[in-house]
Amino acid sequence: MGLFILRRLGVMILTALCLTFIVFWLTNLAPNLEKLAKTQGNARMTDDAVVSWLENRGYSQPLPVKYGQWLGVLPGYVIEGSDGETRARCAGPGVALEDASTFCGILQGDWGFSTVFKADVSGIVATRLGLTGKLMFWVMMVMVPGALIIGVLAGMREGSRTDRSLSTVSIVSTATPEYVSGVVFISVFATATFGMNWFKGTATSAMEDATFENFFLPVITIALYGMGYIARMTRASMTEVMTAQYIRTARLKGVSFPTIVLKHALRNALIAPFTVIMLQFPWLLNGVVIVETLFNYKGFGWVLVQAAGNNDIELLLGVSVVSVFVVLITQLISDIGYVFLNPRIRIS
Amino acid sequence: MEPLTWTGALGAFLNPALGLGTAILALGVLAQIVLGFFAAPMTLQANADGTLQGRDGLLGTVETVNKYLFFFVLVLVLAYLIGGIVTPYGTAGIIGEMSRQFLPVWVALMVTFGVSILYKRRLGLYGKLFDSTVGMIGFAIVMFWVFTALFVGIFDLIATHDYLSQVSGLKNKGPGIPVPEGTTGAIPHYLLGGDNLARDIFSRVVVGSVFVISIAPLATVFAFMVGITLGLPAGFYGGLLDTILSFVANLILAFPVILLFYLLVTPEIVLTGIPSYMAAVLFVFPLIFFGVLLNSRYYTQPAKRTAILVPVLGILGWLYLSIINQRGTVIDFLPAWMDLFDISILVVFVSVVFVNAPTVFRIVRGLTLDLRTRDYVAAAQTRGEGAWYIMLWEILPNARGPLIVDFCLRIGYTTILLGTLGFFGLGLSSESPDWGTTINEGRKLLLIFAHPALPPAVALLSLVLGLNLLADGLREESLKD
Repeated sequence: MGLFILRRLGVMILTALCLTFIVFWLTNLAPNLEKLAKTQGNARMTDDAVVSWLENRGYSQPLPVKYGQWLGVLPGYVIEGSDGETRARCAGPGVALEDASTFCGILQGDWGFSTVFKADVSGIVATRLGLTGKLMFWVMMVMVPGALIIGVLAGMREGSRTDRSLSTVSIVSTATPEYVSGVVFISVFATATFGMNWFKGTATSAMEDATFENFFLPVITIALYGMGYIARMTRASMTEVMTAQYIRTARLKGVSFPTIVLKHALRNALIAPFTVIMLQFPWLLNGVVIVETLFNYKGFGWVLVQAAGNNDIELLLGVSVVSVFVVLITQLISDIGYVFLNPRIRIS
Repeated sequence: MEPLTWTGALGAFLNPALGLGTAILALGVLAQIVLGFFAAPMTLQANADGTLQGRDGLLGTVETVNKYLFFFVLVLVLAYLIGGIVTPYGTAGIIGEMSRQFLPVWVALMVTFGVSILYKRRLGLYGKLFDSTVGMIGFAIVMFWVFTALFVGIFDLIATHDYLSQVSGLKNKGPGIPVPEGTTGAIPHYLLGGDNLARDIFSRVVVGSVFVISIAPLATVFAFMVGITLGLPAGFYGGLLDTILSFVANLILAFPVILLFYLLVTPEIVLTGIPSYMAAVLFVFPLIFFGVLLNSRYYTQPAKRTAILVPVLGILGWLYLSIINQRGTVIDFLPAWMDLFDISILVVFVSVVFVNAPTVFRIVRGLTLDLRTRDYVAAAQTRGEGAWYIMLWEILPNARGPLIVDFCLRIGYTTILLGTLGFFGLGLSSESPDWGTTINEGRKLLLIFAHPALPPAVALLSLVLGLNLLADGLREESLKD
């Protein structure tokens, strides 16, 4: 078990390094840097000015060197610029050139400086993650119990009318991407078009003060898309368990149907959905970006869009590191959890 | 001209009837569900005289009544559609007029279903689809959009106005608004209203189907070619090849899709030529696939093999070169007469294939791992068949069931991805009529005018739902074998 986790951690770190390097490479391509220079400096810069702007700020160094600096394994650059000013990677606003440390990268806890928000990346990511965490918490609170109940109800009597109608509901919900359900929900429940103006169409006010009125629509929009998928997986695992020998034995002994479902079947039927719920996180991240854009909720997904749209390299890297780690850690948890929950694997 | 109402004069007596019917049906279904909790489970019983006995008692009655009520409501809904086709213009309102515009689609659907049901026993898995209600509903929805795209794209029917022309005074106007005198168009109304640039929403949605129907299946086919060509050897040989390919696949899958789109589908990245190089790599897989497929089959008969391989690879190679060769990008070496077409949205196409391929790879690899231990593989190995022959002609045909089901689901997922790209305005021009872009345009004023965003949303939803139902029906029927 220990070796298994160690090996997984090794693969995880390798994956994270590869992914961040790809993001680093894509954001540091010449046209992207030129765009950055023009948005940060002056939109009508000449080509020479762009080159010297980039050189003065350390963007013209070779890619592996830049990546090493960002990671914190190579010393940060100190460049005496063509305009006479000396700039160092580790000296930013508030840190004088003389006090700057030699290394400043992710490993030293320095996530860099966002060019769009003019603030430290770590601070932005932390606050926005908190907001998204609030959203995700409620999504989970709605999605997981809802999906499990639907799945178990549908799977306990395979082929029954309940099964067929609940399966149709879950197919419909998996077929509805967030940008469709969000648009439909807003126009039905947040405008006067259908006379059901019950909720708010934006969740901006929910950032400080989340109420049922302003938070329900974004939460249900994300939850619905994932719910159908988890419900179908739960149903599949439940139907499999219900045909198992020990369930038949219990029925033949005369155990009542509710007891069979709750005491005998449920425990074994919930192993597979656990993995599925954990693997849903990358998808949920997608949903978060769409829903936060649609409802104007300024969380992590919104920052991703802002960072990517403005080629804010260090913010984008911070965002990708966090999202990649969320994905990889949930994968790890789902693997370990599966081994841990499943007696057949745990004991052997 | 008068503005059209939703159901027109026809609705005067159809609307109350439909309302009443639906209300009673809803009550009946509710009663059925409640009663169903108390009823004992039963199976169909066969009587001695050969008849079947259904459920009796109150629940049985409710079930029967509900069945007839459902057909009654269905007939009423059909009456709206047929009413629109047979009555003079404007009598049946917006719904009737839309139904009239879709007339070629209805006819094509009826012909397809008639022919298919007639010959369903001779049509293999496709014919079996018509034994499953869910599958038929899904197939009907999918074919509805396929025929719509076909008639709009090739014959220029259905769409009532030009999807790009703006008519002054119709900005954000609601459904059924009459157009000013002298506007060109098949009918004198905007059936679903105008968007915020005063363009006809109905025509935009209908034209948008051409984009989705032509891109999504093609991108899925390419993703499958890549996934199959790499997944088969990874699962069959295992070892280092498998480790490396699986690592790369997991690498791509660990990327949040939206981040990947935001990084790949930007004008700056197009400038660097990365999408062209990716296209050059990804689109070579169909060539490899067909080359190996035919070579492994016929390599014992060299004359026949050459006769088949040369034309196939020649045509595919030409298509490949003209796809990756784009005016004004890094790969631009073909003379103009050889370059068959330029795809303006190559970057969209490439990134969608790129995102889908790793999942297909994992599925194919998993199936291969399972199937390579079968007896027929061992038998083929004993016969002395080559590895590629076994993979492509023994394992792949036996993995077709799950792959066909996944293919349907994946077209739906690709449709969602294309919509996502449109929703974030990535890679597609804002004029583009595809559904994602139209939803994106519509959502900006969503709280004031809800009508522009809803039709494309419903269209996308219905197509993806249809594909999911179709996949479900196919899965059910293929499991029955």
